[in-house]
Amino acid sequence: MPLKMVELTIDGRQVSVPEGTTILEAAESLGIEIPTLCHDRDLIVAGACRLCVVEVEQIKKNLPAACAQPVGAGMVVHTNNPRVREARRTVLELIIANHPLDCLTCEENGKCKLQKYCYEYGVQDSPYEGETREYEIDDSNPFIERDMTKCILCGKCVRVCAEIQGVNAIDFINRGFDTKIGTFYDGELIDSPCLYCGQCIYMCPVGALAAIPSRGLGRDYDVEKVATTCPYCGVGCQLALNVRNDRIVGVTNIADSHNQGYLCVKGRFGYEFVHSPDRLTKPLIKRNGKFEQASWDEALDLVAEKLGAIKAEYGPDAIAGLTSAKCTNEENYLFQKFVRAVIGTNNIDHCARL
Amino acid sequence: MEIFRAHVLVCGGTGCTSGGSPRIKALLEEELAKNGLEKEVNLVVTGCHGLCEMGPLVIVYPEGTMYVHVQPEDVSDIVSEHLLKGRIVERLLYKEPVTAERVPHYGDLPFYHKQERLVLRNCGYINPEVIEEYIGRDGYAALAKALAEMTPDEVIQEVLDAGLRGRGGAGFPTGLKWNFCRKAKGEPKYIVCNGDEGDPGAFMDRSILEGDPHRVLEGMAIGAYAIGASKAVIYVRAEYPLAVRRLHLAVKKAEEMGLLGDNILGTDFSLHIDIKEGAGAFVCGEETALLASIMGQRGMPWPRPPFPAVSGLWGKPTNINNVETWANIPDIILRGADWFASMGTEKCKGTKVFALTGNVQNTGLVEVPMGISMREIIYDIGGGVPNGKKFKAVQIGGPSGGCLPESQLDLGVDYESLTGAGAIMGSGGLVVMDEDTCIVDVARFFLSFTRAESCGKCTPCREGIMRMLEILDRISAGEGRMEDLDLLEKTAHIIQDTSLCGLGQTAPNPILSTLRYFRDEYVAHIKDQRCPAGVCTALLTYYIKPELCRGCTACTKVCPTGAITGERKAVHVIDPEKCIKCGACAERCPFDAIVQA
Repeated sequence: MPLKMVELTIDGRQVSVPEGTTILEAAESLGIEIPTLCHDRDLIVAGACRLCVVEVEQIKKNLPAACAQPVGAGMVVHTNNPRVREARRTVLELIIANHPLDCLTCEENGKCKLQKYCYEYGVQDSPYEGETREYEIDDSNPFIERDMTKCILCGKCVRVCAEIQGVNAIDFINRGFDTKIGTFYDGELIDSPCLYCGQCIYMCPVGALAAIPSRGLGRDYDVEKVATTCPYCGVGCQLALNVRNDRIVGVTNIADSHNQGYLCVKGRFGYEFVHSPDRLTKPLIKRNGKFEQASWDEALDLVAEKLGAIKAEYGPDAIAGLTSAKCTNEENYLFQKFVRAVIGTNNIDHCARL
Repeated sequence: MEIFRAHVLVCGGTGCTSGGSPRIKALLEEELAKNGLEKEVNLVVTGCHGLCEMGPLVIVYPEGTMYVHVQPEDVSDIVSEHLLKGRIVERLLYKEPVTAERVPHYGDLPFYHKQERLVLRNCGYINPEVIEEYIGRDGYAALAKALAEMTPDEVIQEVLDAGLRGRGGAGFPTGLKWNFCRKAKGEPKYIVCNGDEGDPGAFMDRSILEGDPHRVLEGMAIGAYAIGASKAVIYVRAEYPLAVRRLHLAVKKAEEMGLLGDNILGTDFSLHIDIKEGAGAFVCGEETALLASIMGQRGMPWPRPPFPAVSGLWGKPTNINNVETWANIPDIILRGADWFASMGTEKCKGTKVFALTGNVQNTGLVEVPMGISMREIIYDIGGGVPNGKKFKAVQIGGPSGGCLPESQLDLGVDYESLTGAGAIMGSGGLVVMDEDTCIVDVARFFLSFTRAESCGKCTPCREGIMRMLEILDRISAGEGRMEDLDLLEKTAHIIQDTSLCGLGQTAPNPILSTLRYFRDEYVAHIKDQRCPAGVCTALLTYYIKPELCRGCTACTKVCPTGAITGERKAVHVIDPEKCIKCGACAERCPFDAIVQA
């Protein structure tokens, strides 16, 4: 069925979009950026931060949120007029009245959406003074630091944990001004069902959630992002190694990938082996009961010779091959081909079958 | 059928129950038995009469004599004097506050004169726990009529023609709402009764549920038939245990009689009603938060669309109406749209129940035709402000409403006029305030309520209400600045403009309406460092008038901080540094020498 199209005007420009499109998406299609803190294309619309409010001439009552308001035929939308800018500035002032302005030492500096919008809207300070929400930092686990003093309660971490990961490790607790994000009975993360996929860190628009292994090793703008395939399993998730001075200092999402950026704890945090001093980088051959470093040619010759000898003496079925889920499909294909065609046995298996 | 020569109605509403009416009932039972009257006099426990101020209430029919403030020791007089000898017990009659005359008959009470009791028709008249009493008052006749003689579309048309609008506060036309849900695709469809009455001081829904639960069930059954719903949920506050108990009983009785459940009245129409108790969150009165709560989630609103009519409970089309709205339905179907539309104003038909509280003679529940003036409600029905004090303001619509001054009292009460004046109809709370009320303090009270009850989801409501409350606290503490008033106003408007749900959108109303009508009082707090009503303690100082002080030392004995010094028979002095402004000294002084300044 062809989609019914709806025509409307956004900032004086005509646009035609399918029925059900939100004002935010319609504006995006025109290249008009509307600020958002709680919106993500993968999550159910929450309409919580209210930064994306716009003026719609046909809606007299209030300023609707662009992320939640579907387009209507003939709508005239203003995304950036003085009334809208004033409302957004006030929303930002209300947020930073309760947000530490410690950008100097914050991991999120340079990537922080709150910082970006405060810059764009000229919000340097808040006219509101009074109580602030302050909590102890939770770094009870090796991976995720939760500094709820910095939390702006956009709820994206809660939604990604529930809607995408299906873990529900965290949720809103308390009410009104005292609302916070917490685990069951507001305990530490280590006592929660959290699986440390780190998706919440990626979603967090501010510095409330941070990757503990990356702390102090470089901000977003300090690192080079190297796209690669996760070495842990056959799903082959795409991820971005954050590299600084030839060292991996973190892993971030590549949203435009078959895994849509989502990773598990291994892909997100399991990179430390790369720089481990214990890691084997050269072949070792055991001579006189002791491992000695060898060249690849020496090592491969030795393996070929031994395999050939076993095959000659006991036949090909005396040999079996077991490959790993850490290998790519291509590597696994090659290995079974080698075992079947070169060795001549069907004794080939794979750890994922166990 | 047993015939009784007299009926004694004992109010079993929450107010009278907490005032001791169950004890009165037990004593009446005893006393009637002692006098051998149990076969002649029928003792009935009813729902609320509305005049809670005067409880516990006992009414004796056929005369319709109303006894007020009935205490255990009065029971034997009612039985021996009234029921045996036919003599009215004068001292227990209502005393008109101005003329001091005793009013013997229920119907002659000025409190009921201007009322038009439709929704509350049975409250205080029937035993809500006996379904036959409801049926005896035409109960379930409207459901029978709808099922036997009307198509669902005709039912909706009747409700549309009647002009009934949602009594939960927003005033959306009920028939239109039903139509949206009827036309929405999806099975099963749900209807929900919103009984999460949360406004401080509002208790009309509680009284209806306690006093006439079958009326609500009948309204829901008619609505479900019109909409095509087969499942229903009543969401009621757990803090209303009596209402919860009576609802469970009512549903059970109605099912036993074939008036609910499968194949209602022998037709193909079935409706199953569940009762869900709320956990005490004000925001769960908001439709989408209420639905989230029924589904076991945290009570947080979601942005609309999707509207509940399209995707509500469990993602199915759902129609939600307030208790009072449902309670209006049976009469509209039975007596017709024209009859209903003959009451009220052009845009607002029928009646509205208000909970009248605060500084007013007759606090209680009143039902009046739409369009009646607030002055009539407060003075003619409510009996005006007690203790010779002057009227100052009335807060209408609870914490989402506004505070209106004397100049607005002649306003006819309907949705549009109240919104225009800066208040809202809301669920119908009316809090009357006298001259001793500080307007900044009133705004603080409502803001502290919404601050605590905001669900915390959207920024303007969660953060903004707190900041406005802090500004009010500052003003009340004498630390306000004139710029604060501009900041308050600006913040209030932006919270209205940007909040996600009705709670945030209306929470600034108490501030905006008080700034509109009582700005001088804010200015007095800031510029003159004075609280005109003498409420804000930080702005008060107590001092002793030397010419009146006799040096009796009574004040020094009650002062908890030792702030007052002076020799016996010499003039005493208050140290303002030590004084905590508790006022104990002023109360104690036999010579009125200690005054506020």
